[in-house]
Amino acid sequence: MTATQIPARVPTPTPTPVGYGSIPRKEDARFVRGRGSFVDDVQLPGMLYGAVLRSPYAHARIVSVDISAAEVHPKVRAVITGDMLDKRGMAWMPTLFGDVQAVLATDKVRFQGQEVAFVVAEDHYAARDALSLIEVEYEPLPALVDAKLALAPDAPLIRDDLDGRTDNHVFDWSAGNKAATDDAFATADVVAECEILYPRVHPAPMETCGAIASLDRVSGKLTVYATSQAPHAHRTMYAQVTGLPEHKIQIIAGDIGGGFGNKVAIYPAYVCAIVGSILTGCPVKWTEDRSENLMSTAFARDFHMHGEIAATSDGKILALRANVLADLGAFNGTAQPTKFPAGFFHMFTGSYDIAAAHCEVRSVHTNKAPGGVAYSCSFRIAEASYLLERMVDVLAHDLGMDPAQLRMRNLLRPEQFPYTCATGWEYDSGDYPTTLRLALEMAGYDELRREQAARREGGGDAPLMGIGLSFFTEAVGAGPRKMMDILGLGMADGAELRLHPTGKAVLRLSCMSQGQGHATTFAQIVSQELGISPDDIEVVEGDTDQTPFGLGTYGSRSTAVSGGAAVVVARKVRDRARIVAAAMLEALPDDLEWAEGRWQVKGVPSTGKAIAEIATAAHSGLELPEGVEGHLDATTVYNPPNLTYPYGAYVCVVDVDPGTGQVKVRRFVAVDDCGVRINPMIVEGQIHGGLADGVGMALMELMAFDANGNHLGASFMDYLLPTSMECPSWELGQTVSPSPHHPIGAKGIGESATVGSPAAVVNAVLDAIGVRHADMPLTPAHVWRAMQGRALRTDVALE
Amino acid sequence: MEISITVNGEDYRRDVEPRLLLVHLLRDKLRLTGTHWGCDTSNCGVCVVLLDGVPVKSCTVLAVMASGRQVRTVEGLERSDGLDPVQQGFIDRHGLQCGFCTSGMMMTARWLLDHNPDPSEREIREAISGQVCRCTGYENIVRSVRRAAELEAGS
Amino acid sequence: MQVPAQFEYERASSVEHAIALLARHGPEARVLAGGHSLIPMMKLRLAEPETLIDINDLSELAEIEVQGDELCIGAMARHADLLASEVAGSHYPILHDAEHVIADPVVRNRGTVGGSVCQADPSEDLSAAFAAIQATAVIQGADGTRTVSMREFFTGPYDTVVGPAELLVQLRVPIHPDGGSAYVKVERRVGDWPVAAVGAALRLGRRNKITDAGIGMTAVGAAHFVAAEAEAYLRGKPATEEHFAKAGEIAAAHCNPSADQRGPVDYKRHLAGELTRRALRGAAERAMARAV
Repeated sequence: MTATQIPARVPTPTPTPVGYGSIPRKEDARFVRGRGSFVDDVQLPGMLYGAVLRSPYAHARIVSVDISAAEVHPKVRAVITGDMLDKRGMAWMPTLFGDVQAVLATDKVRFQGQEVAFVVAEDHYAARDALSLIEVEYEPLPALVDAKLALAPDAPLIRDDLDGRTDNHVFDWSAGNKAATDDAFATADVVAECEILYPRVHPAPMETCGAIASLDRVSGKLTVYATSQAPHAHRTMYAQVTGLPEHKIQIIAGDIGGGFGNKVAIYPAYVCAIVGSILTGCPVKWTEDRSENLMSTAFARDFHMHGEIAATSDGKILALRANVLADLGAFNGTAQPTKFPAGFFHMFTGSYDIAAAHCEVRSVHTNKAPGGVAYSCSFRIAEASYLLERMVDVLAHDLGMDPAQLRMRNLLRPEQFPYTCATGWEYDSGDYPTTLRLALEMAGYDELRREQAARREGGGDAPLMGIGLSFFTEAVGAGPRKMMDILGLGMADGAELRLHPTGKAVLRLSCMSQGQGHATTFAQIVSQELGISPDDIEVVEGDTDQTPFGLGTYGSRSTAVSGGAAVVVARKVRDRARIVAAAMLEALPDDLEWAEGRWQVKGVPSTGKAIAEIATAAHSGLELPEGVEGHLDATTVYNPPNLTYPYGAYVCVVDVDPGTGQVKVRRFVAVDDCGVRINPMIVEGQIHGGLADGVGMALMELMAFDANGNHLGASFMDYLLPTSMECPSWELGQTVSPSPHHPIGAKGIGESATVGSPAAVVNAVLDAIGVRHADMPLTPAHVWRAMQGRALRTDVALE
Repeated sequence: MEISITVNGEDYRRDVEPRLLLVHLLRDKLRLTGTHWGCDTSNCGVCVVLLDGVPVKSCTVLAVMASGRQVRTVEGLERSDGLDPVQQGFIDRHGLQCGFCTSGMMMTARWLLDHNPDPSEREIREAISGQVCRCTGYENIVRSVRRAAELEAGS
Repeated sequence: MQVPAQFEYERASSVEHAIALLARHGPEARVLAGGHSLIPMMKLRLAEPETLIDINDLSELAEIEVQGDELCIGAMARHADLLASEVAGSHYPILHDAEHVIADPVVRNRGTVGGSVCQADPSEDLSAAFAAIQATAVIQGADGTRTVSMREFFTGPYDTVVGPAELLVQLRVPIHPDGGSAYVKVERRVGDWPVAAVGAALRLGRRNKITDAGIGMTAVGAAHFVAAEAEAYLRGKPATEEHFAKAGEIAAAHCNPSADQRGPVDYKRHLAGELTRRALRGAAERAMARAV
């Protein structure tokens, strides 16, 4: 973090203790004083302001763009169109998944809200005014909104910009063993099927996306202040788009007001701001408004899934099948490792011992914004987990079995770890039955079921009570370089640790906090390894000129990958310190041991040298052995040997008003196992946030589109986020199964609750109303219609 | 037009367009960037400040409407003898993660405690129900406000 | 962030001054009260008034008090003021019910009663509440004041009888010691506009016979926000669950909801009936409690 730490006015009487534990966050001192440094807080001398003109149509040919009136507005300094960018070879930019995306439309607009022109003006208000002076003539084309119609012969062709493209098909992809799965289904006692939609939702961080581009015409250096979860990846992409050399590009991500995957990609207006700076010679700031955020930046999900589950009549799950239609929008901008076009969806056997599984994913273009991998989805494990946890409840429904019992029956057993699932993922560790038992016990599951039975007998207007379960397994920490890269950049993370002569430390990382508390957690990791207080360790992230290369923060990868890097680099420093300490003690390094945060002669605590003393000595005139350099600084690149597999068991209790369909979440119990917890307070905060996401997606969040491709959730009046009133007081529990391959046994927690919680809420609501399946979001209208046996399709305009 | 406004006890005079929103006056003209904005429709509440002592959404108040009135922002919370108990409560109970909604949440919390020194969980949840947080699931915000109430009662 | 187009700004120092300013600036001037309906519309550039006339200094319009046998609510009373008003809540708990579910507490600190009804949004909660309790609007112009029943106040979506050089100054409601009232709303989430909402006010005579019934409905396309047929059905009948259910059926049959993302037509119609029943039940319980 680059922002200045403001010391608390009343100094803490004692230093923060060394190592792990629930210590207050280092970040908070500036935020509680309103002294954060978010991108819109930055004002540079001579800065200009950009605004984007967007398409009102979902699909239309651009006939003409007339900017003459805007150009003569007294405060306008530049107006940029697609044609102007085309002349510079910048009208299109690469996406994160090998497609191209229009920066400013030249030929057609392909979704409502697509970027058409960019105004640069002396102030924000004038830039907005000038938008209304631009005249665009459109020739409207039929919009393709329904992914299920994308491959129909009469479907409008969206990507006629690509040579040879004759339809809206993007890719077909499959995983698992089809023959074995078919065999299992053919002989199973029971097969349950269900059509399940995971609707298009949006991460909607409270801070929208934005950037300030500043090109220094003398040095040729481009500085971009940006809301970036992946500053180093952004630098490489800007080099590709602009042709500027990479060492002349500096990305500075200051404080970020939430990301959740929304701030992984680069967006057209960032490129426009760069062009604006090139044209005017001034810094150009652009920040999007909320509608722009919801309409044009990375959405999430939009998976139309057909699930099938095969089982014996007594509830042993034998096989799983999924057939998915993925709506990618107009461009393939999915942000995920290159070899995984559907992300990690094929980890869809989840937490159960399922011998055979096969999935097929077909993806298509529609006239909607690009994206798909965002909103804490763990590269589509959100979709996989939701599908499976719904299917297990559907099976329980069909078998007349208790869903907790059915899950317990099929969970992986502790002795099966490390476990390789039917689609090839190697789970590292876990004791699933213990975790589920703890969740059921905390919830008082049996008592809840008794209450439910009693209420059902009561009948009448009384609320219907529902109990929903979910047991999820995540795979995070992408990833091993041999398997995982984005745009050819391997997913290993660098780390640098510098020890000052007084023993104070600076840790430089490639990942990027968006609120996860990296400055605290990573300081604690180094603290634990070196025996110095977290107060004495500064964590630097976000500035590409100051930090080593790495791919950023998303997919819950920071603790798993950069956390590993922090451990390794700290241990390198500790090893160097051993040599210096040996010289100080006139002993051999092998004669020393690390005990209670000090190097000491084995068995002689009085000889102990703390890191601070050793650091001073390492910078002094102390004679060191031949070949040993001074100082203690170290660097590393951590290439994780495998992913880590956090998991959890969730129980949700709801009350449904049978007369109105309104849902009240009464309780939510979450037992998470994310391995070793470095700062349990921060871990619990991460879980709380994800649980609220689950309530939001299950009950209210949705981006639907009408037949013309109009976005029906384009502001916070229509894209509803849960408030303090919809969220219950979360009840958390934990088990700890350390990862055997992570240097400190940590697994990552950022996305677990977002992945695991929606199914628990949906299962609870459907349990309450006795309906086999209905799609999210379960708004009062959808619940009521489901109770009538006439469930609605949720992703289209209601009639 | 010329406005005069008192922000955190300091008097300011500025010549502004009538359409200038209060949030932009604070952030862009007075450089008090602790007050944020997050939507355009007064739904998210990250822009909440106290206007004549009452929480308002500063994205939906014109700067000219605040002329002659008192505004208090997050920058005005800290006192000469240290952090406001609300600030300390948010630190102690991990009431913030990304820090973007925090200013607005704390201003509403300050108002709540001034009117109700011992609020229940329900009262806290209602008070902040027009303000969205994407990080905390609200649990620790509620605990933070309770903590602030305890700190205040103890002092 | 979205920002409004340019306009001129005037701050009124009295009701008469406000009316004079309205007259001077003509039909493209708009009154600025709390601003929580108007300013978002201006940011979206759906409203581009030439002049705004700020009436926030008119504290004389913010009173909530009993005058004679009427509850009088000033147009500049904030939602939070009405919610906090004991006198309003004791005579008309429906107003507290409604205010408790209008927007959110911070918006309620700023938004005004008069601004809400003058916005005439087809989903406005207070429009239904005031229709149910048969309030009267007091409108002032250069030539003095006139009164209009809230049941004749709305001339269409986003349109009222208030003229370009007039100001809504007060809402007046007759106080009935034998009355009870209640408001029920279904929303997708706290702070959202209603999917549907119904307010009911009942006066009960001997043996709980309904001597007068007022039913206001919002967001379901009820003409003038009123369920007139259901009201007529109830008058003279005993306050029973059976009659409330029948009144709900009548109200549902006579409203005209349109579909949006809050719900399809059939659901909204169902809610019109269900919420009418519930509001009537709540109003009757309160009336009976007062009679005891």
